Amino acid sequence: MKSLSRYRKHRYASPLLLVFALFMIGTTFSVASASTKESVNFARSAAIDEGKQIFLKGCSSCHGLNAEGGKIAPSLIGVGAASVDFQVGTGRMPMADMTVQAMRKKPAYTAEEVAALAVYVASLAPGPAIPGDEILTYERDGNTAQGGELFRTNCAMCHNFAGQGGALSQGKFAPTLMGVEPKEIYEALITGPQSMPVFSDKIITPAEKLSIIKWIKAAEVEPSLGGAALGRVGPVTEGLLIWTLGLGLLIGIAVWLATKAR
Amino acid sequence: MSHEVANLSDPGLPAHVHRAADSDPKAEKKAERQVATLFGLSAVGTILFIVSYIYIPLDLFIFVPILGSTNAHQLSLGLGLAISLLCIGLGAVHWAKTLMPDNEVIAQRHEFRSPESERKEFVAAAKEGANAAGLGRRSLIKRSLGLSLGLVGLSPLLLLRDLGPLPGKELEKTSWKTGTRLVTDPGNRPIKPSDLEVGAVAQVLPQLNPDEERTLNNIGKDAVLLIRLRVEDFQLSPERLAWTHEGIIAFSKICSHMGCAVALYEQQTKHLLCPCHQSTFDVPRAAKVIFGPAARPLPQLAITVDTEGYLVAQKPFTEPVGPSFWERSS
Repeated sequence: MKSLSRYRKHRYASPLLLVFALFMIGTTFSVASASTKESVNFARSAAIDEGKQIFLKGCSSCHGLNAEGGKIAPSLIGVGAASVDFQVGTGRMPMADMTVQAMRKKPAYTAEEVAALAVYVASLAPGPAIPGDEILTYERDGNTAQGGELFRTNCAMCHNFAGQGGALSQGKFAPTLMGVEPKEIYEALITGPQSMPVFSDKIITPAEKLSIIKWIKAAEVEPSLGGAALGRVGPVTEGLLIWTLGLGLLIGIAVWLATKAR
Repeated sequence: MSHEVANLSDPGLPAHVHRAADSDPKAEKKAERQVATLFGLSAVGTILFIVSYIYIPLDLFIFVPILGSTNAHQLSLGLGLAISLLCIGLGAVHWAKTLMPDNEVIAQRHEFRSPESERKEFVAAAKEGANAAGLGRRSLIKRSLGLSLGLVGLSPLLLLRDLGPLPGKELEKTSWKTGTRLVTDPGNRPIKPSDLEVGAVAQVLPQLNPDEERTLNNIGKDAVLLIRLRVEDFQLSPERLAWTHEGIIAFSKICSHMGCAVALYEQQTKHLLCPCHQSTFDVPRAAKVIFGPAARPLPQLAITVDTEGYLVAQKPFTEPVGPSFWERSS
């Protein structure tokens, strides 16, 4: 060290030191950044592996060992992470029984397991991704009036004019939209789960989708100024009430009118 | 023992049973109190109506069992009015039933025909009146009166003209012409085939010229639903297959039964349902009716793309859209 320090005032000392320092910074940075990239890749492949294990145990009996689909279940290649997050995250998949429609229920998997499954299915082929909070800015970017117009043209025929859900054919039904997470609504729009068709981003733009979500959220808290809403399903409950309670009351009054006083 | 049955005699009316209030002063007092209570309740109802109109805020919501969260203002207005009106009626009926005279009176029907003397008197009076008015002599008045009475009848006949004019060929025409672009509803954006994924739908309307106006009458005939299937899913005649484009098929949304908007599309079964009477149309088979009261498939719109790659109509609808009508040619 003593011998080295002797050259500290040498005229080449500063440039050499500079070159050395630059070299050290460069190599350290490249090694460090390579290692982070590798660890991300590693975490991703670990999630894919974990997802694949869950898939093989819980899903492959119907959807096939490679998610290629079977007689009773569709192929999952290309359905994307959003579809998995919607179907498994809301408990619709795995199905409890082979009835006409997968019902919403308590999810069978934890959020982490759903995420791993989504990563695995998304790794099979590109498909719609899970919309994050940076996309679901409906409170800021949605327009309730526009959302109502879109809802009435595109959604109301199945989900009812107030988003309460409605009947389809052969026991299938469009579920209520009250209390459904904005993320789930968005995922359903872009993936078209079960009977529901897909609403592509060019047909209903992402901004318009946010407007629809904002309208649904407004409909949830809409007070019923006219009295009992009766489920907001229209003539069925209203007719039932008037035919039983209303007519019953009138018949009772008619009987009382015609009874002789004692 | 004889098996003959004696002739039944007319039993007459059952004996009249008087009410408790007719004989018992206590019962009479009780009935009186009941009627007064009902009228009193009616007054309370009116006061409730007035008080709630003035003092209950419009946006106050209260929880009511069964009804759930209910607007207190509307609820008490309705209850007040109902109590005030119903109790007047109940009180009046109860009064009549328990306290008003309870004598049964029999009144025989009189003959419909008037006595001969009255009939003669009437004819004489009518003739005398006609003579006095001079209808026979004053023919100018008689004729002008006849003219005015005759013309009065024309006014309501003229108003019948407002039932027309007849629609003529209007019911068979829509805004779709050769090359009309399909635009989103709402949004009015033209659509490229690549905008629709397999399984996707789009509610569309024809793009109108700047000088044309989008009216409800137009939308009622022009509304179209686009659906994208896999091409191999179609079971169409070669002619109808040529009306589709890359798996995209277009149908009129107006039900051929009663004209409701048919837009409930089940992606898995590929059925289109009408929400009004559950008519079900099978999309891959050119909207063939497979259930319900609809008599015809939904009219299919022939589509293709223009030079810019946007979806356009090949030609107008080849049959009238919507429900049957008297003059319908097909």
